[in-house]
Amino acid sequence: MLDKNGAPDLLFNGPEWTFELLEKARDAIEDIALNDLGLDVYPNQIEIISAEQMLDAYSCVGLPLMYNHWSFGKHFARDEALYRTGRQGLAYEIVINSNPCISYNMEENTMAMQTLVMAHAAFGHNHFFKNNYLFQQWTDADGIQDYLAFAKNYIAACEERYGWDAVEEILDAAHALQNQGVFRYGRPPKPTAAELEAMQRVRDGHASAQTLLDIWTDSTLGKEKREVSRDEPYSSRRKSMNMPQENILYFLEKHSPVLESWQCEILRIVRMLAQYFYPQKQTKVMNEGCATFVHYYIINKLYEQGRITQGALMEMVHSHTNVVLQPEFDDPRFSGLNPYALGFAMMQDIQRICENPTEEDREWFPDFAGDPDWRKVMRNAWANYRDESFIQQFLSPHLIRKFKLFTLTDDATQPNMVVSQIHNRTGYKTIRRDLAKQYDLAYIEPDIQVTDADLKGDRELKLTHTVREGIHLQDEDKEHVLLHLRRLWGYGVSMDAVELDVSS
Amino acid sequence: MHHFIDRRANPKGKSIGNRQRFLRRARENIKERVDRSVRDKSIQDGSADQASGEKVTIPAKGLKEPRFFHDSKGGHRRHVLPGNKDFVVGDQIKRPPAGGSEGGKKGSDDGDGSDEFSFTLTREEYLEILFDGLELPDLVEKQTVETETIGTRRAGLTTAGTPNNLNLVRTMRNSLGRRIALQRPSKSTQMALEAQIEELEEIDPRNPAQEEMLAELKRKLEGLIRKRKVVGYIDPLDLRFDTYVPEKIRNSRAVVFCLMDVSGSMQEREKDLAKRFFLLLHLFLTRCYEHMEIVFVRHTHHAQEVDEDTFFYARETGGTIVSTALEKMKEIIDERYPPDEWNIYGAQASDGENFGNDSARCKTLLLEELLPVCQFYAYMEIVEEAADHLLLNPEAGEDLWQNFREVQSQAPHFEMQRVAFASHIYPIFREFFMPKARGGVNAG
Repeated sequence: MLDKNGAPDLLFNGPEWTFELLEKARDAIEDIALNDLGLDVYPNQIEIISAEQMLDAYSCVGLPLMYNHWSFGKHFARDEALYRTGRQGLAYEIVINSNPCISYNMEENTMAMQTLVMAHAAFGHNHFFKNNYLFQQWTDADGIQDYLAFAKNYIAACEERYGWDAVEEILDAAHALQNQGVFRYGRPPKPTAAELEAMQRVRDGHASAQTLLDIWTDSTLGKEKREVSRDEPYSSRRKSMNMPQENILYFLEKHSPVLESWQCEILRIVRMLAQYFYPQKQTKVMNEGCATFVHYYIINKLYEQGRITQGALMEMVHSHTNVVLQPEFDDPRFSGLNPYALGFAMMQDIQRICENPTEEDREWFPDFAGDPDWRKVMRNAWANYRDESFIQQFLSPHLIRKFKLFTLTDDATQPNMVVSQIHNRTGYKTIRRDLAKQYDLAYIEPDIQVTDADLKGDRELKLTHTVREGIHLQDEDKEHVLLHLRRLWGYGVSMDAVELDVSS
Repeated sequence: MHHFIDRRANPKGKSIGNRQRFLRRARENIKERVDRSVRDKSIQDGSADQASGEKVTIPAKGLKEPRFFHDSKGGHRRHVLPGNKDFVVGDQIKRPPAGGSEGGKKGSDDGDGSDEFSFTLTREEYLEILFDGLELPDLVEKQTVETETIGTRRAGLTTAGTPNNLNLVRTMRNSLGRRIALQRPSKSTQMALEAQIEELEEIDPRNPAQEEMLAELKRKLEGLIRKRKVVGYIDPLDLRFDTYVPEKIRNSRAVVFCLMDVSGSMQEREKDLAKRFFLLLHLFLTRCYEHMEIVFVRHTHHAQEVDEDTFFYARETGGTIVSTALEKMKEIIDERYPPDEWNIYGAQASDGENFGNDSARCKTLLLEELLPVCQFYAYMEIVEEAADHLLLNPEAGEDLWQNFREVQSQAPHFEMQRVAFASHIYPIFREFFMPKARGGVNAG
């Protein structure tokens, strides 16, 4: 804690950072984050890494530990090429949803940038991870590090025992299905006691004569006797096999007639990680919005307190402005809505609606327009929404006008696309609903479910793709994924497309 | 509580495991591209960019990571976009050409959008694939012989010397400094003064004030001229001369002679192997010499110096007389590459045929003329892939082979090898790149 009664002093002056300066800045940021904004964060573990290490982290989906797979090598080769030819910069930081919250800062950053990055990642993102309901319910911040270590070792052990090719085959197939490896609606089943125990033994580095693999083979074999048997009619099959099932990897892990236990464990690892990332995919706008708002608030506060120079503030604001740039739809730089821009604008808008509501705001947001404690309103929003519901609840007509949003309807049966809504009184509600839908993963990602598999009969795995609004799957990739699926299932696989007529 | 960790010192290459798996996965494709790159690329140009690695582009096909995702076309969709300028409800817009719509972005998220995938192989990875998984030794530990010559080296400036070594720039700088310090009047000041005097002198009659002024000016001019005389434009003090000291310099120039039989029996396969052979020697040598030249000599029954393209791709008919190439090499050395200034390397590829008793002459030429001036000489005989009796038995062979075997027994820096596959090439150089003292002392 910094002493508040002393004369305000500069945290740093000049571009070079040192660990002492970082600590001083961190304390000043923490003071504002906790005592002013009222954030609630995991302890921070801030790691300084080089550009090359940042590239490493990139290729392993940003995790500190990851099992080996060729696709990560491919991503690394591509990112490296882009970076070396100057076509792509590196992120200033990467932050991991774990307890303690790990954030990586690049060594190249200036002291001003390190300050900005700490405010952004170590407090903004950190608060969001700890408090948002999706992360609280679906991810295990305390256990992820151990789980990653386990996954890495387990897959390495499998490679040693069964060969690279065999493991690669399963991982390739599992990766192809990883988007279908999450529970969207129901809670994921808890790991069995035996699995937990095995994990615990691995974590403790339990020195037994058994190999890692034996532990897992013992703990997972025997338990999971496949529930086949008897001449079940469809309805009882459905019940015993939990069909229809949206989590295809889970289904394969439990019911595939051909997979061995170690292969099932690999599927499990892939789907656990997919599930771990699922909340992040659903909260891009909010997560970045929250972090960007927090860093913006903090750097301005630091400047007001006289703790950073005008030059440092300018540098931070410059970088901030680049991050929240939103090119318009006809700009060559346009590539969709920028989650930083939209998120940040919405957070600022909430503050505005609390502090200076207009008549329109009072009409649209009776719950919190003019609320004296905007910090509480904001924390509440961060905790209880995901992108889709957040936009649906908080996007104001004011912002729709500011962004000049409009809806373009693209109907394949019509020769041209049609502008169906613009930012006017009749359009606000529809635009808001359309935009919210654009962030609804259940809507963006194809809805594919396992609907039948008769293990006693022909053993064909039947999938159903529910087609909404006439949008089908991309054909070539579909065939490839089905090949992988066939490998994991061992018998025939078929997919039906069922048109669902939802008129909204 | 909160803490910082400095990870910068952590071991690098965390993703090496992933890269190995990636290269393994794409090996077939990469190998094909590398093989093609050898064929397409010139040895001389090639080595320049191999210093940092080799860029390869492979088809992305086997590297696809397929997923279920929505097609970018068809159906009914609504996009919310920012930045409306003058659209009103009901405006119609043409669809952008295929591939550019929002939906398409999703599909190419993982970089699979294009059909090709480019990345850079490190030099070691490139060589490893080029020479078919042979185990390359630690390339750092090689030795090359460098010749020494006496040269001169600049050794600063002195105040005395011969006029031809006068350093004009330094001298003039000193002169200017001295002139400024001593306030030597410039020529233009003098001329201005003279003009003023002339003007006054033309006035006739002059009033006393003008007379006085004229006298004053004349005095001034006199002083000025005296000062200009005393403070010289260039003074011996200003002079600076370059000096040189004699010095032994290590020669860092090398020339590689590529000799190849291009008679009808050398086909596509033979030439391809030969190209790798020359490439390998060139690659290794560019690492140790600052300046590298390469000379291509092809021969049938007579030898010619040609450019690289002609060397590998032009057809020539005729008999085979190997000694012509050796003579040509000798001739070029005498003409352009004095052995005390150049490190000379020879590499010869042939299918082993030679005319009559010419082989004995080759032996003499090598032993007496060429080997004494060469750092290293490698001979590669390309044989049929099925020619096991030759590959396994170094004693068997035709005239040329037998004669070269005798050369090898007498000269330690001569290596020879039979080659049927790319992986046979490296062993020729193995001895050479072993860290040990070697023969091949340079004449001169």
